[in-house]
Amino acid sequence: MESEAQVKHPPYMFIWGVLFVFTVGEVFFAFMDIPKVFIVVGLLIMAVWKALLVALYYMHLKFEPKRMWVLAAVPLPLIAILFLFVLNENF
Amino acid sequence: MTSQVAAVDRVPMPGMKVYNLKLGMWVFLLSEVMFFTGLIGSYVILRFAHPEHFVEPGEVLNVPLTAFNTFVLICSSVTMVKAFAAIQHGDQQGLKRWLVATIILGAFFVGVQIFEYSLLTGEGFVPMADAYSPLGRGVHEGPVIGGPLYGATFYTMTGFHGAHVSIGVLCMCFTLWRASKGAYTAVSHGGVEIMGLYWHFVDLVWIMLFTIVYLI
Repeated sequence: MESEAQVKHPPYMFIWGVLFVFTVGEVFFAFMDIPKVFIVVGLLIMAVWKALLVALYYMHLKFEPKRMWVLAAVPLPLIAILFLFVLNENF
Repeated sequence: MTSQVAAVDRVPMPGMKVYNLKLGMWVFLLSEVMFFTGLIGSYVILRFAHPEHFVEPGEVLNVPLTAFNTFVLICSSVTMVKAFAAIQHGDQQGLKRWLVATIILGAFFVGVQIFEYSLLTGEGFVPMADAYSPLGRGVHEGPVIGGPLYGATFYTMTGFHGAHVSIGVLCMCFTLWRASKGAYTAVSHGGVEIMGLYWHFVDLVWIMLFTIVYLI
């Protein structure tokens, strides 16, 4: 069994670099001269990707038991319902 | 023997297979997900329903300054995981050093946010509905920017997030104080891990807020 002293850590600095690059990329992408819908979709994809990196590697969700993954996923359908019903009000 | 006794706080419980403190923090954070989703959802529906109240984020908000602040918060997440990694190896000095760095970065983030608020309110981007009138002038001396919904939603979302960061900094100071007393070891460091979970969640929320409020 692996002891605490032998714990292998995720590549924290590499993740930090990716987060930095995506943040800079987002700022430039937001002001590109392309249709707004592409900007919104692109920015949301980058933001979700960054949030996933933080959750998986910095919050160590990737290394938690699968049951924790299920627990962490509980709000996702609720978020989807909230946004779908809320946005439905406008159309 | 000592290490076995000390590690009791991190014994995985049957069922979820994680220790109780961590499970409790995760459940709390998931409730926080719904809290911030409610705020962001309100912002989205109001922006769709009343576009006349909103202006393009780049026209009012200082995107470069906030992008820099986002980078600061991301850096604080790195220092937090470094603190956790240090105590996993029993490095007490490393734990304290990285915790201090995290506290400084977190406090700096809050300071920049306060500075940003002072700039925005000075330019007429205010949170109070009373400041608005059909003539565009009210309690605020100069012309106001956007409609009342923009200011209200912006300051509510970023304000609540700033409050979370501030609380996190205070809790981090408590964690540092405990670390200075030698409360954490290589086998008993649940408090550091729990603190880290909260801190990374605050970072995660800001990543979404920055994109939705400042860039879209």
